[in-house]
Amino acid sequence: MAALSEGAPAGFAAPALGRNRVAVVLLAAAAVLTVAQYGGLLPAALHRVPESAVPPFAPMLDAAFNFVKDDLGLLALTRWLTEGLQWVLDVTANLLFGKRRWPNLGPIPWTAIAAVAGVVGYYLGGWRLALLGAGVFIWTALIGQWKDAMETMSVLVVAAPLAFAIGLGLGILAWKHRAVDAALRPILSALQTLPFFTYLLPAVIFFKVGPTAGAVATTIYAIPPMILMTTLGLQKVPAEVVEAGEMSGATRWQLLRHVYLPSARTEILVGVNQVIMLCLAMVVLTAFIGMPGLGAKLLSMMGSFKLGRSFEIGITIVLLAVMLDRMSKAWVVKQPVHHEKGTSWWRCHIHLVVGTVLFAAFCVLGQFVEVATEIGRRQSFSQGKLIDTWIKSFLAIDAVQAVTGFLRAFVNVQILIPFRNFLLSIPTPAFILAVMAFAMWLGGRRQAIVAGVFFGLVALSGWWDRSVITLYSVLSAVAIAALIGLPLAIAASRSERWSRRILLACDTAQTFPSFVYLIPAIMLFGITDIAVIFSILIFAMVPLIRYTVEGLRTVPAEMTEAADMAGATAMQKLWKVQLPLALPTMAVGFNQALMFAFFMVIIAAFIGTQDLGQELQRTLAGTDLGKNFVLGLCVALMALTFDLVILKWAKDRKRALGLD
Amino acid sequence: MTDQSVIAARNVWKLFGPDPKGYLAGMEAGRSFDAIRADGYIAGVKDVSIEVARGEILVIMGLSGSGKSTLVRCFSRLHEVSGGTVSIEGTDIGALSERDLIELRRSKMGMVFQSFGLLPHRTVLENVAFPLEMRGQDRHARRERALEVVKLVGLEGREDYFPRELSGGQQQRVGIARSLAIEPDIWFLDEPFSALDPLIRREMQDEFLRLQRMLSKTIVFITHDFDEALRLADRIAIMKDGGVEQCATPDEIVLNPATPYVAKFTEDVDKARVVHAGSLARRDLTGEGVPVDAKASVQDLARMLVQDARAAIPVTRNGAPIGAMPRDEALDILVGGT
Repeated sequence: MAALSEGAPAGFAAPALGRNRVAVVLLAAAAVLTVAQYGGLLPAALHRVPESAVPPFAPMLDAAFNFVKDDLGLLALTRWLTEGLQWVLDVTANLLFGKRRWPNLGPIPWTAIAAVAGVVGYYLGGWRLALLGAGVFIWTALIGQWKDAMETMSVLVVAAPLAFAIGLGLGILAWKHRAVDAALRPILSALQTLPFFTYLLPAVIFFKVGPTAGAVATTIYAIPPMILMTTLGLQKVPAEVVEAGEMSGATRWQLLRHVYLPSARTEILVGVNQVIMLCLAMVVLTAFIGMPGLGAKLLSMMGSFKLGRSFEIGITIVLLAVMLDRMSKAWVVKQPVHHEKGTSWWRCHIHLVVGTVLFAAFCVLGQFVEVATEIGRRQSFSQGKLIDTWIKSFLAIDAVQAVTGFLRAFVNVQILIPFRNFLLSIPTPAFILAVMAFAMWLGGRRQAIVAGVFFGLVALSGWWDRSVITLYSVLSAVAIAALIGLPLAIAASRSERWSRRILLACDTAQTFPSFVYLIPAIMLFGITDIAVIFSILIFAMVPLIRYTVEGLRTVPAEMTEAADMAGATAMQKLWKVQLPLALPTMAVGFNQALMFAFFMVIIAAFIGTQDLGQELQRTLAGTDLGKNFVLGLCVALMALTFDLVILKWAKDRKRALGLD
Repeated sequence: MTDQSVIAARNVWKLFGPDPKGYLAGMEAGRSFDAIRADGYIAGVKDVSIEVARGEILVIMGLSGSGKSTLVRCFSRLHEVSGGTVSIEGTDIGALSERDLIELRRSKMGMVFQSFGLLPHRTVLENVAFPLEMRGQDRHARRERALEVVKLVGLEGREDYFPRELSGGQQQRVGIARSLAIEPDIWFLDEPFSALDPLIRREMQDEFLRLQRMLSKTIVFITHDFDEALRLADRIAIMKDGGVEQCATPDEIVLNPATPYVAKFTEDVDKARVVHAGSLARRDLTGEGVPVDAKASVQDLARMLVQDARAAIPVTRNGAPIGAMPRDEALDILVGGT
């Protein structure tokens, strides 16, 4: 914490002098407490909250859950819902990978699906998307992962529409009724910071292990952005369009159906894009609760250190992500075009016709040619073993080994571990005071109080040390990410072409499900602390670079021109004009990097950590719902603190600069 | 309220703020715009009483923020008024239920918007048919009618285009067609041509006059362009800070501006083009010789005024004499005197 606040340039955040003074006082108090602790003067009760003082949150939550679950009959309700969902999932499972359930038609031949994907791609974005659509499915089939991929897809095609419908409905309600909006907002921000393990356990308890729980967790995870985008889109419908609807004599329902929703199409489709991407990210992660599919396969391959196969699965996941992202984004920008008069029905619906014909043709073909339906284990082109040997021989090159060895030895031993030990050595109250000082300095009094309360709750949870270790991983990863990412972004932002390239790379990287970031980390560093930091680091670097480039590129041209005319050198221009103006946007990126890091650090528990994630993962094996929630809330509270403080600062700063 | 007035506004107020009705009830009369603003309210429309006769074109004119758009939205109850009443053909629309209000809009009112307000996902034809669809007309009938109106505004052949495939002028033609689809009696136009290029604007004004000659609707037309107002209006209401400064015929406004604010507007106007023989004619005078028509502007009569020697020239309206116009007064206007 202290390291972080010292790192930021002090000049930019001094709206009120009094605020800074309070922050310094808080920080000084924290320092005094820490020094006292080092001198052995601090009573043990002030160092860590004593065990006896920790309120039994977990049993209390457990009791509350049990009450809701059994006494209020929620379990009966969810089990009832489960049956409906189970039925739908069975249908998609049958169609996509031939699970023996009604309607017993499947599996649909992979060639048919690839053909339809190609036609859909062509309809949405021409030849390139057609190639991408068909290509991804062909690759998946040829590499021998068709069944796993379809297991994943069978949940996705249920969860995504469900999340869309619920999100749209809640978004409309939140837009119509202020009260709903006010009630939803805090829940949404909490949901967005809650670690995904916390979604998983309740899902398992209420919806049984397997695809149903996976689908539920995935759905819930993907709802918040849909709500936000719906509300945003509806608010942005131009007043005149609405008035035109009213003057046309539209009733409220007609207005919503024919005027508001179609006019908010763009935002709603952006929401759809986000729903799909989040669903994919989450559905892969449901491997942790035993849902079969690509995620489960990846988990088991990484577990047994089969890097070649992991790598291939990683590529499949990434390709699926890129395809879904590109297609849904192409849908966002696709505008209706009129047909000339007298165009026949066939020509107007050419894509539909061709898609149907191809689908039918390949289904028929599949009846006669087995390879067109399914590619067996021995027929696939998987090169797992070969890639394994490549990776191992690459890692065995002396130079590579020297670099990874250096990173492990120097960075880990000399920097990271001492930093961690330092954080752990700070007495709890001093730590909280330091966080409050940080919040005071950047945000203000309200933020400082909230930060104090949030971290105080973490202290009382009884998981302080693990929380601090989590925080340590997050902070060090983001700090290193900033060290690498910021210069890179600044350099890239100097040219139009490089900015575009790097933004494209970031956009693409952002669509990758977080899980795949573990693959390179494990490949390079094995099962070590450094691998954890590395996976968080690359994941968090993406928003950091992205927002920095965007912030710098969107500095108004008149301002940089004014600087040029004032005779500023490139350096002066950067420091005096561009960076100060880009800083609010960069702060948003920094905040997102932190949120991503909090997310990733939990997943990294898979590699083996000593933080909250590890404990969380352990709870998944049992039914320890109370503990699961306490741990999840610890992560969420820490993440929310940063979120509140940094976003407040960015907002204030934007307003002060008149960039709103 | 008189028999033939279609729209009648009585002491209409529209305040924006936390509790407009409560504030208005406790407010003393004659409070100024700035005083109201100091109290935390914005007076969008301030104590306006105005009537629009059947078949008349009333142009509401004012700078941006003067409340003209707000006023016209009070006429159609797109805004709920904070005080006073608005009656359409004798019915207080403030008292209508939602269903009756929708019925009124479906049968009697059409409106054209500054930024067109077209639905981006619908074709020209579907946009035009939109009010008919809301009304629940069947597909065939609404297609028939929509085609008819699209033809009326000269967009034949573009029926299947989407709004973004059209130019600004064409988009506004769609807006006009849509507002006419239900054959409304009352036509509201909120700065319909402001977003268009000057050349197109002129063309659209001609188009508008052509349509009005064919359809003779009761029209409330909003503009911030005084020339446009003079060109189109039967009567002009000039607004400032939510209140109406003067409401009169163009001739009257140019000849006798009621306030310094109105006078400032009329300063640079070529009066000869605005003032008509009819408004200069005096009942007590009688002239000799060939009469002139009341609808002729001073500029139309320029040559004759200069060459003629009569002191008073008789004026007729629709063939009947209404008095005579003093020639020197007309000449004063022609040469720019007062």
